Amino acid sequence: MSMPFYVSPEQLMKDRADFARKGIARGRSLVVVQYADGIVFVSENLSQALHKVSEIYDRIAFAAVGRYNEFENLRIAGVRLADMRGYAYDRRDVTGRGLANAYAQTLGTIFSSGGEKPYEVELFVAEVGDTVADDSIYRLTYDGQVADEHGYAVMGGLAEPATTYLREHYVTGASLEDAVRTAVQALGQGESETRVIPSTNLEVAVLDRTRTQQRKFKRLTGGQLGEILGNGGGPGEDPGAGPGASAAPTGPDDPTDPTDTVSDVPPLENPVTGEPTDPPVAPPAS
Amino acid sequence: MSDSRLGPAFLRAGSSSFADFLGEQAPGLLPSRRSLPEGNAADLAPHGTTIVAATFPGGVLMAGDRRATMGNIIAQRDIEKVFPADEFSCVGIAGTAGIAVEMVRLFQTELEHYEKIEGTTLSMDGKANRLAALIRGNLGMAMQGLAVVPLFAGYDLNADQGRIFSYDVTGGRYEETAFHSVGSGSLFARGSLKKLYREDLDAEGCVTAVVQALYDAADDDSATGGPDVARRIFPVVGVITSHGYRRLPDTEVAAVADRVIAARMNRPDGPSAPLT
Repeated sequence: MSMPFYVSPEQLMKDRADFARKGIARGRSLVVVQYADGIVFVSENLSQALHKVSEIYDRIAFAAVGRYNEFENLRIAGVRLADMRGYAYDRRDVTGRGLANAYAQTLGTIFSSGGEKPYEVELFVAEVGDTVADDSIYRLTYDGQVADEHGYAVMGGLAEPATTYLREHYVTGASLEDAVRTAVQALGQGESETRVIPSTNLEVAVLDRTRTQQRKFKRLTGGQLGEILGNGGGPGEDPGAGPGASAAPTGPDDPTDPTDTVSDVPPLENPVTGEPTDPPVAPPAS
Repeated sequence: MSDSRLGPAFLRAGSSSFADFLGEQAPGLLPSRRSLPEGNAADLAPHGTTIVAATFPGGVLMAGDRRATMGNIIAQRDIEKVFPADEFSCVGIAGTAGIAVEMVRLFQTELEHYEKIEGTTLSMDGKANRLAALIRGNLGMAMQGLAVVPLFAGYDLNADQGRIFSYDVTGGRYEETAFHSVGSGSLFARGSLKKLYREDLDAEGCVTAVVQALYDAADDDSATGGPDVARRIFPVVGVITSHGYRRLPDTEVAAVADRVIAARMNRPDGPSAPLT
């Protein structure tokens, strides 16, 4: 009989946090920005079918980065919870705060339970109100922490340069067009150089309080997006001509990559053999 | 539902049907999972009556009177019996109002739930079949007098035309051509529409035809409410085209109803159709 190794709780949590953070860091970033008429979500997503941003309920949307199957699971759970509440009580009784709380409890329990591997996801739950002041954006991390965000927020791989860019360029009460342009530029910020993301590689959706329908969620696709961004690229530039346009990976998703999209951070383990890449990372404690 | 954590049932892979999920998690919330004591409960709850629907080139419309009755009492004068089911379809209800309204709410959630989970809407036939399944579950109550018989209409984006489906209490689903009516005044409404309906009617003409039909139903069926001129309560009319569902504003329906009533002052039996 082998003796179990003693791992201190601090070390255990740290290892699990490192594991989750590294998983999330491999995905591409996602930006959420408040504008005059609502909240807009912009992410770089090469897939037309696998969404990072989705509708949960009338005024509530969900956005996520990380491992696709995990956040898709959480998204469906959220839709189920929201529809069940709305049906049992009333549509008005489904709130972003309630949903964020449910996600926080769920992620927190999974993170601190020894039996399950922590989820490698980070989420936004956003709810559009009647005025800008009533909007709410919650950020949920893999360990169940909830933060209330205002104005703009970024999560995913290269979040730091994008946040820095938004801190300098974000304008309160901007139009949708301006907000999307700023968000796309923020996503294009690399550690050393900027690139221009073509509009075909973007997933953009809004919660628009001016919509007459009860359901405020809408995707901006194709022509509509091209119009906002000036035909397929960044701010009036040829997608290929921008400085450092080829600096970041723009190729199609690699199906062997365990997270939703590729990035320049190497995977933790060889996706084919399952062997850890160098340097090895501590596996999640069981 | 006080537990805020998303339990295993929420995170489990499952179907994209909300009704199925509800059936597993909170069966008490399903309108069909109720046990009723023996006996007939038909007179215990208000009943809704006449719904008519008709297609026109480029769309379909549905109209319902506003009366709910309980036995010989008028329970409500401005009840709504035509509801949007989703962006491109609507459902009108005849039968026990309480259960019917609940079923409509479940059906609306069902369609929206599917749309959100799958990222695409159900086909027109898919929607019609889901509604059939919900009605089938209600058979037990229907046999105790709490029947719900909806009429379903929508714009089929694949076929580019309006379509109408009727149902029986066992969940039988029947596609109708041109026009149809359900409820206690439906015999009269259908007879009226049979004479007035033409395939080349445009949306406005079609609205007039269904208002005439509802007038005729109210004329001969005591449970169907006619236009309430004193209170200015007029039928609910929903029009669905490729642009989606739109409930006609009361002013528009009122104008049509006023014209119909004015004409009936001279000819109480309505417009005449040629003999040959």
